[in-house]
Amino acid sequence: MTPPRVSLGALLAVFATLGMTSFGGGLSGWMNREVVQRRGWMTEEQFLAGLALTQVMPGPNAVNLACFIGQRLRGGAGLAVCALGVLVPPFVLILVLAVLYGQVAGSGWLRFVLSGMAAAGVGMNVAVALRAARGMVGVVPFGIAAALFVGVGVLQLPMVGLVLVFGPLSVWLAWREDGVG
Amino acid sequence: MELDSGRLLALVAMFVPLSLVSLGGGTSIFADMHRQAVEVQGWMTDQEFADLFAISRAAPGPGSLVAALVGWKAAGFWGALVAALALFVPTAVLMYATGLWWHGGRHAVLRRAIERGLRPVAVGLILAGSYRILQADGAGWLQVGTMAVSAWAGMRGFGPYGLLAGVAVAYGGMGWAQGA
Repeated sequence: MTPPRVSLGALLAVFATLGMTSFGGGLSGWMNREVVQRRGWMTEEQFLAGLALTQVMPGPNAVNLACFIGQRLRGGAGLAVCALGVLVPPFVLILVLAVLYGQVAGSGWLRFVLSGMAAAGVGMNVAVALRAARGMVGVVPFGIAAALFVGVGVLQLPMVGLVLVFGPLSVWLAWREDGVG
Repeated sequence: MELDSGRLLALVAMFVPLSLVSLGGGTSIFADMHRQAVEVQGWMTDQEFADLFAISRAAPGPGSLVAALVGWKAAGFWGALVAALALFVPTAVLMYATGLWWHGGRHAVLRRAIERGLRPVAVGLILAGSYRILQADGAGWLQVGTMAVSAWAGMRGFGPYGLLAGVAVAYGGMGWAQGA
């Protein structure tokens, strides 16, 4: 299916709105609703393929997905518009929040409330990891996940080196397991 | 606003490599972002890093915008801009190149191996990042419990909106009762 003709302005409007109205890990779900269900700019299958790709590509998943959708619909210009739309308005807002926070940072009460919200944010991230772990089969993937958790989280080793070792290793093992390597 | 070019360069040197290994989303690089910003560069304390994380979670948009806050803390507005560009531009370029290949629709077996192989890497990195943030926050039982409940709620598909609001109200009440 050739993608429908969508104006860059329409892309910008949709993604700027998405960026400002989504919290935590909800962005992908909202994008699906706006792009597939409400506007029919892509099929569900195309969207899911993009979602799978962006999960394993480096970079924030939601921003990657915005790039994927923009590129699918309008090439490089669409990619730039969607990425900027989803990033720039929240970027400005978060700096305003940080400046406001700086003026009340002495408050023990605010600190306490923020510690709770940070813990909730961590919990949501853990849920993302646990959901992804449910799709893993066999001992090897869990061993690789555990090795990275201990290496990066507990032992605090530099992460780039560990990913350069374990990433290709893990892909190679998955490739071999598919019986084609 | 002064321009500290040394710090801006340090931000680029920190976020471009992190950008390229941020598998599984921005969360996976929080552990290393913390290590570099707090321990290596000394731009902020553990507490300040945890506060920035909380602000980024309470704000709309991608959670990885915490990088902009780290840049802001290190070098003001230009630091925020440079950190955000250093984090988002390399992956956007990579996405563009990958998108050209992907939309071509060939090499399905290789695509599958890449997807499956990188999944456990992402899982390990996200859990490592979560662990480091709890540690940096000096989290007590209350925070660990909040984390566990939120993880459970996330697994059950609850939206983050209501959860964050509920936690803010509950902590606000507890803090107020204790006269904190």
